[in-house]
Amino acid sequence: MIYIHDNTFDGFLTSIFEIYDLKILPDDICGEKNLQPSLFADKRKVTTDADKSRRVLAGLKKKLSAHGVNSIYKCWLSEQKGIEMVLFRYISYALKSQRNIESDFSNNDVLEVSQVVKKINREIHRMHAFVRFQKTSDEVYAATIVPDFDVVTLLAPHFKERYRNQHWLIYDTKRQYGIYYDQQEVIEVKLEDAQWEGRNKVRRSVLAEEEKEFELLWKSYFKATSIVERTNLKLHLKHVPRRYWRYLPEKA
Amino acid sequence: MKLSTNEKLQILADAAKYDVSCASSGSNRKNTANGLGNTSKMGICHSYTEDGRCISLLKLLLTNYCIYDCAYCVSRKSNDVPRAAFTVKEVVDLTINFYKRNYIEGLFLSSGIFKNADYTNERLIRIAKSLRTEHHFNGYIHLKIIPGCSEEVMEEAGLYADRLSVNLEIPTERSLKKIAPEKNHTSVYTPMNYLTGRISLYNDEKRRFKNAPKFAPGGQSTQLVVGASPESDFDILHLANNLYSDQKLRRVYYSGYIPISDDNRLPALKAPPLIRENRLYQADWLLRYYGFTVDEIVNEQHQQLDLTMDPKMMFALRNMHLFPVNVNTAEREMLLRIPGVGVKSVNMIIKARKFRRLGYEHLKKIGVAMNRAQYFIEVSGRPLGMVSSDPDKIKMALAAREKRNQLTLF
Repeated sequence: MIYIHDNTFDGFLTSIFEIYDLKILPDDICGEKNLQPSLFADKRKVTTDADKSRRVLAGLKKKLSAHGVNSIYKCWLSEQKGIEMVLFRYISYALKSQRNIESDFSNNDVLEVSQVVKKINREIHRMHAFVRFQKTSDEVYAATIVPDFDVVTLLAPHFKERYRNQHWLIYDTKRQYGIYYDQQEVIEVKLEDAQWEGRNKVRRSVLAEEEKEFELLWKSYFKATSIVERTNLKLHLKHVPRRYWRYLPEKA
Repeated sequence: MKLSTNEKLQILADAAKYDVSCASSGSNRKNTANGLGNTSKMGICHSYTEDGRCISLLKLLLTNYCIYDCAYCVSRKSNDVPRAAFTVKEVVDLTINFYKRNYIEGLFLSSGIFKNADYTNERLIRIAKSLRTEHHFNGYIHLKIIPGCSEEVMEEAGLYADRLSVNLEIPTERSLKKIAPEKNHTSVYTPMNYLTGRISLYNDEKRRFKNAPKFAPGGQSTQLVVGASPESDFDILHLANNLYSDQKLRRVYYSGYIPISDDNRLPALKAPPLIRENRLYQADWLLRYYGFTVDEIVNEQHQQLDLTMDPKMMFALRNMHLFPVNVNTAEREMLLRIPGVGVKSVNMIIKARKFRRLGYEHLKKIGVAMNRAQYFIEVSGRPLGMVSSDPDKIKMALAAREKRNQLTLF
């Protein structure tokens, strides 16, 4: 049986509920967007149900720590192909086990979950580091990003705490949504017909006048603080892979 | 001639870059209601220089005018370089504006010495104070303490800074006298020891009162220049070990001497001793995170770290009688001594082996570097077949592997 959900986390958890309810093991669990045509397998379209998804979460909370439950959500955000089946096996192992299985790293699924979470955490850390705000003429500090994984909502706590006193926007131009902070709270936003410049950057014409000056000063600093006698581009690239350069004024 | 902020930035960032410390970690400062910024426990590197070093803080000298003439320093009095000095407002504006754009975690401020130590330090503190009190800045501030600084001045520095550092630079007094005639180790150790006492007092108060006034919550660090004077790695690591155990330093930085001067008080080096510097950092890690004693790394017979192999591997090859280690039963302490096994892998092994006996395939998947670890481990009485336990043969095998890896690069 192939269980088909609506590409939401609730939809995925509802699928888990139905698997247990129907007692029919899945051949695959996948979103309607990623569905591959298949001639032979039975398919079941799952209708997302908040109550069912809540019950699955409640069950998991009895078997896993808060960190463990959060790991499942983070893996989900990885959008990695086949992650649903890994999560299904992880969840069934957790549910049937008498003790907490989060650190059973010689189990393939537990190890994979921990490795995907590591990747997500690394991406969050990189976004904390590489998000670069540009000040617009209406005093919003705006940044565009294209993270490898769908982590933009996970960035909210860090930036909210740090930049409490300024309006800011972080926008994922690939997934076309972002988060906006108005000095009160962080909300999810979707910009209709947003227009970007160059490689999906904020348009020059909306930037504050002083913006150019500070980018220039930053570039000067970056250049002056390198030690030519120690140049090691291989190491440099290891820390700042090329795909992140587009965010960084010093590498533009 | 009046210099622009941009010109000053170029001169004073260039002059500050030889201080290698850039850590923004270890502090606990939270944002305030109307404030800007906070510190991150682990620190964040916002960029990396083209030499591969982290850029976390805006690292500047307030000025590179200096009355001293230390041979190893690019800002020494007798060196013919352009000189500049920032105003308080310039440094504050740069810090705030870079911070708001998420370029940096905060400010690292040092200075050439004008007039005397206290006069210079007071000027650095004025900037930190302005950031904290007028601009409600709660990001990271690292202030340099100039050797010879008085207690009153340090008291004030500790109120505003997250980390303080006073640099030893040259490991022994004898070498220091030769290279930096105006300096002596007493003028470094006196403020360092004062800070040690003051920071431990703060840590003590913090445990007892929730709102104890902060004093350098990120602790203190220092820097040693390596290769400008004849000290061995034995000397350097014993010194570092004392700094960690007695002075309770958070970090000791090792800065491979870069031949920036043709001053005849210094050895003529063709290139900075980068591999040696790297080995010292590896050894430093073994001291701080792996529970090694300094004698396990360097001793009377082995005064220099090996440049071809890392210090942990060298320890293992000198101590084959301790291996192979059984990963399913060994204590944490021994797991940490296996080459190719890092702290994270050790943590995973200890947790995972509670579920079932681990095999080689599990170790590999967990992230153990089996090419190095294979000679030193076993899983419950089952040694890995066909590997040598002769240190010379292991050395040759590892060297051959290294060579193959290099060839495939070209």
